[in-house]
Parts: sequence; C-alpha cells; structure tokens
Amino acid sequence: MITSSENQYIELYNEARQMIFDHAPESMNAMRDQAFEDFRKQGFPTKKVERYKYTDIQKLFEPDYGVNLSRLQIPVDPYEAFHCDVPNLSTSLYFVVNDMFYHDDKPKGHLPEGVIIGSMRDYPELVAKYYTKLAKTSEDGITALNTMLAQDGLLVYVPKNTKVDRAIQVINILKATPQNAQRVVPDLMVNRRVLIVLEECAEIKMLFCDHAADDRNFLATQVIEAYVGENASLDLYCMEETHHKNVRLSNVYIDQQANSRVNHNVITLHNGITRNKLDLTFSGEGAECQCYGCVIADKQQHVDNNTLIVHKVPHCNSQELYKYVLDDKSVGAFAGRVLVEHGAQKTTSQMTNQNLTATKEARMYTQPMLEIYADDVKCAHGSTVGQLNDAALFYMRQRGISLQEAKLLLQNAFINEVIDHMELEPLRDRLHYLVEKRFRGELNKCSGCKLCK
Amino acid sequence: MLEVKNLHAKIGDKEILKGIDLVINDGETHAIMGPNGSGKSTLSAVLVGNPLYEVTEGEAYFNGKNLLEMKPEDRAHEGLFLSFQYPVEIPGVSMTNFMKAAINEKRKYQGLEPMNAAEFLKLQREKRKIVELDSKLANRSVNEGFSGGEKKRNEIFQMAMLEPKLSILDETDSGLDVDAMRIVAEGVNKLQTSETSCIVITHYDRLLEMIKPQFVHVLYKGRIVKTGGPELAVQIQEHGYDWIKEEIGEE
Repeated sequence: MITSSENQYIELYNEARQMIFDHAPESMNAMRDQAFEDFRKQGFPTKKVERYKYTDIQKLFEPDYGVNLSRLQIPVDPYEAFHCDVPNLSTSLYFVVNDMFYHDDKPKGHLPEGVIIGSMRDYPELVAKYYTKLAKTSEDGITALNTMLAQDGLLVYVPKNTKVDRAIQVINILKATPQNAQRVVPDLMVNRRVLIVLEECAEIKMLFCDHAADDRNFLATQVIEAYVGENASLDLYCMEETHHKNVRLSNVYIDQQANSRVNHNVITLHNGITRNKLDLTFSGEGAECQCYGCVIADKQQHVDNNTLIVHKVPHCNSQELYKYVLDDKSVGAFAGRVLVEHGAQKTTSQMTNQNLTATKEARMYTQPMLEIYADDVKCAHGSTVGQLNDAALFYMRQRGISLQEAKLLLQNAFINEVIDHMELEPLRDRLHYLVEKRFRGELNKCSGCKLCK
Repeated sequence: MLEVKNLHAKIGDKEILKGIDLVINDGETHAIMGPNGSGKSTLSAVLVGNPLYEVTEGEAYFNGKNLLEMKPEDRAHEGLFLSFQYPVEIPGVSMTNFMKAAINEKRKYQGLEPMNAAEFLKLQREKRKIVELDSKLANRSVNEGFSGGEKKRNEIFQMAMLEPKLSILDETDSGLDVDAMRIVAEGVNKLQTSETSCIVITHYDRLLEMIKPQFVHVLYKGRIVKTGGPELAVQIQEHGYDWIKEEIGEE
C-alpha cells in the first residue's frame, strides 16, 4: 500500500528526475528508472513483512527530509570538523561527507598497484559491471529507494593476488549545516552507496565509522555490495556512534566465492534508530564467514539487526554472535536466518544471540531461525535474554566493589566476548576503552557532535 | 569488634534467625556449628548484607558502627569479609581486574589514591604464596573453571589481599581434601593478628583443630543454644547434636 511516506519520494522523483540524472554518473543512472519502478510497486516494507516486523519503516520516512539532489557541496573540512573516536589506527583515512566521497590531497599511505578507493563517479566500467547485481531493487523497498536516489558512492576494488596491509578507515560524516550558517537548514536524508570488489586472492580490511556532526535530524540509507572472489578475504567493520536524532537503515549484501573468508562486525555504540540488514550468500565451496554484532543501547534507542545467510553450496562454515545490552527503555531486535539449500552438504553453522536487559522497560525481540534442506550438516542456533547475575553482583559488593561498578564490570565482560573476537587489533583495544566509557555514561554522544557540546 | 543483639531475619516469609546474641572481641576466633538448616549461613549472609534476607528485629554493631544500615560494599570497606560457601563464577571478569577494583574501591573509601600497577602485582604475588595459589589463575575469569579446592583457596587469597578486620569463613572446609584444608587453615592462621577476629562456620572439628577457636557456639533453629570452649566441637564430633537437643528439652 502506498502511503504519504512513499508518495513524498514518488513525487520527488517525478519532479526532480532530470536533476538527479544531471548530477549523477551514467553508470548509476542506468539502474535508476528500474529502481523507481520497483520502489513504486513495493513501497516501504510494512511490519507485516517478515524481515521488517520489528521496525516500523514507513513511519521513519514520514517526516519531511531534505535531499541534496543538486549535489551542493557543504563546505566542510572533515579533518577539522571531526575527530573520530577510533584514531591512530594507522589506517588510511577517507571521508564520506553525507553521501559524497570527499576528495582531498592528503597522503593516504601507499596503496598497492591497481587498488582503487574512490568515488564511483570516476570508475564507470567497474560500476557498470557490478552495481545492483547483489542489491536487487525488486526485493527490498529501501534498497530500491537508495538506488533511485543515490548519486555517488564509494568504490573499493582490489585486484587479483593483492593484499592491502593497512586497514582502510572510512568515516561517514553527517552534516546538514555549513560552518557559520546563517539560516536554519532542513533535516537531511542521505543515500550512501558502497561497492566492494575483491578479485581472486585479494585481501582488505575496511572500517566504517558513522558519525553525526551536527544536531539536525538525519536519515541515512546505506547499501553496501561486496563481491568476495575465490580465496579472497574481507574484513568489514561497521561502527555507529551517532546521536538520538539519527536514523540509520543499512542493507549489506555479500557474495562469497570458493574458499573465501569474510569477517563482518557491526557495532552500535550510540544511536537513535538503527536497522542493519545483512544478506550473505555462499556461492563457492569451502568459504567461511564470521558475523559479530554488539549493541549498547539506552534511553529510547532502537537497534534491529537482521541477518540472512544462504548456504547454496557444500562445505561452508558460518558463525554468528550478536550481543546486546539494553538499558532504560531501549528496544533491541535480532532476527537471524540460516538457509541451507538442497545439496549444501557438510555445512557447519552456529548462530548465537545473547542479551542483557538492565531494566524492566527495556525490550528485546530475538528470533534465531534455521532452515535446512540438506541431510548431512551441523547447525546450531540459540538465544538468551536475561538480567545481570544477582549472585555475582553480591559477590563483588562483598569484596567492596560498589553496585554501579559491579554492574559495569559484568556488562563489560558480557560485551567483551564479542570484541575479543575482532581481528583488527588496534580497533579491539580502542573498543574495549570505548565500551567502558559508554557504560560509564561518558559517551552519551559522538565526540564531534554539536548536540552535546 | 562485633556485637549482635536479638537478631531476627527472614527470607521470603520464612523466619530463619530467631534472636541471635553474639559478642566477638578483637583477636578472638569463634566457631559456629549446628545441624543443617539451623541458620548458620543465613547469619553470615545477614551480617554481610545479602539483599535476599530481611532483618526484622535486632541490632548489629561493627566496631561501634551500625552494620545493618550500611550497604554491603561499605561493610566490606569497614573490614568485614565473607569467604563464601559457594564462591560465584564471574565469566569475563579476570581475577586481576576484580581484585584491582576491590582494592582500589577500598582505598577510595579510605581516602587513598589508587594503587599503582607495580605495587598491586607485587602485593598479589606475595599474597598468593600464602595459599599456594597458581599464578595462572590471575588471568582467568573469577572462579571460572577453578577446582573446588582452588575456589576455596582463592577465597582466602582475597581475604589476604583485603586484610579484613573480621572474617567469616562459611564452610570453607567443605569439599576440601586434607592437604588443601591444611593450606587453607595455615593461610587463615597467618592472617590472624591480635586486632583481627574470625568466625568459622563448619560441620567438622578437623578444621577447628587447625584454626583453634576460643569459643564454640551451637546454632539450632535460629538461636544460639549452647556456647563452650574447643572441647564442645569434639563432643559434637563424637556424639552428634541429639544430646544438645535433649538438654534444651527437645527430641
């Protein structure tokens, strides 16, 4: 059913189609009308759609957001405006301001020959070859909307047999107000796009950090498509540290060829409303993936992680561990589905979701699902929702540790199980620190954000 | 040190302590014995402030301070320590971090600066020797994967680290082999001074042969029904509790 939420964007597209096309590369425009048709057919997913039952998407799109279709540059020096909380990672640092790749001439550290990290505008052939092949606009209304409006994106390409040693850090900055702005600017919607292509035996580690750099309401849709070739290796970390006026809707699509490995981590440290969807498909035998998520939420925050892992072929291994700590009136949801298709023998799979609710008002919805059509597989799934262990709390208090500190130690220990799995070592150390700060209430904001200054 | 008057306590609707009177002076060691379910563990839990129990009547003073008004952590800071009958496993919290937090919170309470890392490690090393605790345990999660003996020795190690004024050992000897019991008892004895006191809750006189109490109390149905010297423990070991029940007019 088409409601006013959808109509806004249908009308916008009809009126501004030419402007969108004029300010976007041809390779992206090629898919645009089809995406629009698909969006008009589907609309936004309602809560009756199985994979969207825990987040009311239509409602999130009801407000009137501004969309920067004419691609006005918001003059900002991200190095000045913003200091990421994960500094000194000895990463190669890139910025995406709203949904625009930020070109600068700062030294990036040496990238091996043939490796591309840049704007999708500059590489039409690669984009034409891979764009929207995984993120099918006919299957998800948000992906359709993103594809119909996205005008720029980040392209990551690693050629055959190439290993990028230094981690690549991409900071997504949301900023509606130019520095020294005289007038009130509208709330902003951005449509981010990322395309990652790893050829055979390629290797790269990516870290995306989401931040909001001013106090407007933001709605960010994001579609990441990642092709992971034979024997290739991808680490994909996504960390969100935004504010309570932020809505993040992220759809990640990953395709894994034979003997490839993927390590995907989603960390929600501070947010407003967040929905992360992951669709991962094993297309080649012998591949493995590890998907980890950790969520720390309080106040009215809402975090919904939804995963689908499809074992199409035999001999693949998938591991999932998602942990939530929910305080105050926050709401968490985890729905994970592992689909083992007919013939995908010798599949191994483990899905675990564990949650702590610190108050009576906090809510957790958890739904681990296994669907198996092969008869020689080893799959397990489980989920728990519980409170802090009273006996442990009292034991610590008897040793002189205050109730507050004891809670903190337990919550930290709970989340650390996820963080300890992270292979990007500097990030792991940094996260231990950030998580502790977060639990202490010293991280009620992202550090660059105007809201809390 | 400790003065308990007419202490009543319940868990849920069930009254367990029905008027305990107990005075412990500096430097004294008291044993508390009694049949199962007589309220021994409840008494220790109430003294350290376990929120599961509710005090309905009576008073308890610890070095002149009203114990029952204090939070459990403050009772600990004042120098009260309980060696748990069942030490709790805390997955994900390392022994070292746990001990560091405990020591530094106590120092904060006393108005002292946190202990620096080198000092802390040195202290930890020294105290571990007292109960012959393996240094590998320091990096493990609190009590997780510890054997029964290691858990109990770990309790005494914590006692050594925190240097309490009054220690309550709640069946610290249960589940220990003779050698481990000797290590635990010797550890406790090493920590005893003329200014510290100890309450030993036990079913057996074996531990009491090693930790020599001056007083032995028999707790029965929530009251202290008999008090004597160390010989009382021996009599109980030989004859059980029936003769005491008879004495107080019960079958």
